[in-house]
Amino acid sequence: MEQVLLGALSLGLLWSIMALGVYITYRILNIADLTVEGTLTLGAAVTAQMIYAGQSPFLGMMLSFGAGLLAGLATGLLHTKLKIPALLSGILTMIALYSINLRVMGKANLSLLRLGTAYTVIGEWLGLDKTWAVIAAGAVMSLALVFILYWFFGTELGSAIRATGNNPNMVRAQGIHTDTTVILGLMVSNGLVALSGSLIAQSQNYADVQMGVGAIVIGLASLIIGEVLFARNNFLSRLLSMILGAVSYRIIIALVLRLGMPADDLKLFTALTVVVALFLPRLKEMRDTARHVTKGSHHAER
Amino acid sequence: MLNVDHLSKTFNPGTVNEKLALDDVCLHLAPGDFATVIGGNGAGKSTLLNCVAGVYRQDQGSIRVNGMMLDRLPEYKRARHLGRVFQDPLMGTAADMEIEENLALALRRGKRRTLAWGVTPQERERYHGMLKSLGLGLEDRMSQKVGLLSGGQRQALTLLMATIGTPKVLLLDEHAAALDPKTARKVMELSNQFIKDMGLTCLMVTHNMRHAIQYGNRLIMMSQGRVILDAAGEEKQKLTVEGLIQRFSQQRSDEVMNDRMLLG
Repeated sequence: MEQVLLGALSLGLLWSIMALGVYITYRILNIADLTVEGTLTLGAAVTAQMIYAGQSPFLGMMLSFGAGLLAGLATGLLHTKLKIPALLSGILTMIALYSINLRVMGKANLSLLRLGTAYTVIGEWLGLDKTWAVIAAGAVMSLALVFILYWFFGTELGSAIRATGNNPNMVRAQGIHTDTTVILGLMVSNGLVALSGSLIAQSQNYADVQMGVGAIVIGLASLIIGEVLFARNNFLSRLLSMILGAVSYRIIIALVLRLGMPADDLKLFTALTVVVALFLPRLKEMRDTARHVTKGSHHAER
Repeated sequence: MLNVDHLSKTFNPGTVNEKLALDDVCLHLAPGDFATVIGGNGAGKSTLLNCVAGVYRQDQGSIRVNGMMLDRLPEYKRARHLGRVFQDPLMGTAADMEIEENLALALRRGKRRTLAWGVTPQERERYHGMLKSLGLGLEDRMSQKVGLLSGGQRQALTLLMATIGTPKVLLLDEHAAALDPKTARKVMELSNQFIKDMGLTCLMVTHNMRHAIQYGNRLIMMSQGRVILDAAGEEKQKLTVEGLIQRFSQQRSDEVMNDRMLLG
């Protein structure tokens, strides 16, 4: 059981970086960006190919981040310059990335077994075994990114991106080109998702062209769980709640698998979780309205 | 300060919904002019304002602010010279951001957004003073989300944001129309005070004839995309609501006549 929880913790930390990316598009820009399904694999593919070619895994991670930025740029340009709806722009880039990912890897699956990953290097430095090296790297990376994002979205540029998701009309009236802010947000988001893919591939010792399938739903599930259970009313706590949400999601999954749910049903389970979580606020609203109505009729009777 | 020459704009050209919204409109505002614009629905008042702001691109004509041609500039580049307040109180501010963050976005209008911190402590002091001048108690709520404010408070904040860098031209688009009468009066008083104190050049669209007469030094009446009255100085001071309605209905009967002649 301890191994299961440790596995969930390490996986959750790596996926939390992806959840941070989803937070930027879904919550800050107010866009459901499906690019991430392709970008996660892209990040994994680039790093795997670099390691396979005998290059430093850290260089691979940087390149993965850069590749993610480019994927975000592609979606951003489709959406802002060609005026294709955001959802469709993301789907188009995602589909295009499927072919690109196959090109990058040269085949559908690239094994990293017995090759040195970032975790082998970190493990040697700190004298940790693989599991703990992943947890240490994941924790440090995700926390560092939370603070970097907190800083970034407090700057003039970051504020402009936040305002764009809120009210693009107002942003243009304040002299800001909303195309630029949308593109920047999508780039940062997809850069993070690719980095997450790179870290995941190294921890599982392979990159697979299918590994991004359903990633957006996992990201959303982590986001909602994090917000509902852990977020307070300030930006730093919301970012931190993405880490806690991603880890909680993995622990929940580990537990239901342990209780006997077939692994094949995992995606169905995740989708249903997100449906319920998205419906909860609406349910609460409906209940509140119903209450108001009954109260109102009581007053009328009197 | 604002020169609009031979401005024309047709919406949905070549379709059944074709609508000539502006028909060869010329309008010149001197520095410090405060012009109110009235007219019925579809007269072209808001289209005029939106063409100046760059929301719509005109078909013909030119727009200059302080001698500078705006025609080819996109909306976000024109914003450097313009301050805008919209009819919808929700339009002018970012609801999920703090009051001071909204002001900070406006303070940087026309400037490059860098990686410097979004709100500096010196600015905060300045905002405190500015908010205090509104007399709405907002100076004690600077780190609250704008979404918590009432419509009138949001509109007053938008007004503050629109005037923060002393814009060359202030565009007010029925900015008091969505408010209750008492709040509307307060927002109008604030607008008038800002315009006077800062010597702003202002174009204000309104549905309220009394506001149009009471405020500003010029009154412009529009109908069917044309300017049909441009009263300044003494002529404007003599205007009454009844007089305006008369002119308005006179114009309307002319239109009916035209239609009759066409159909007849």
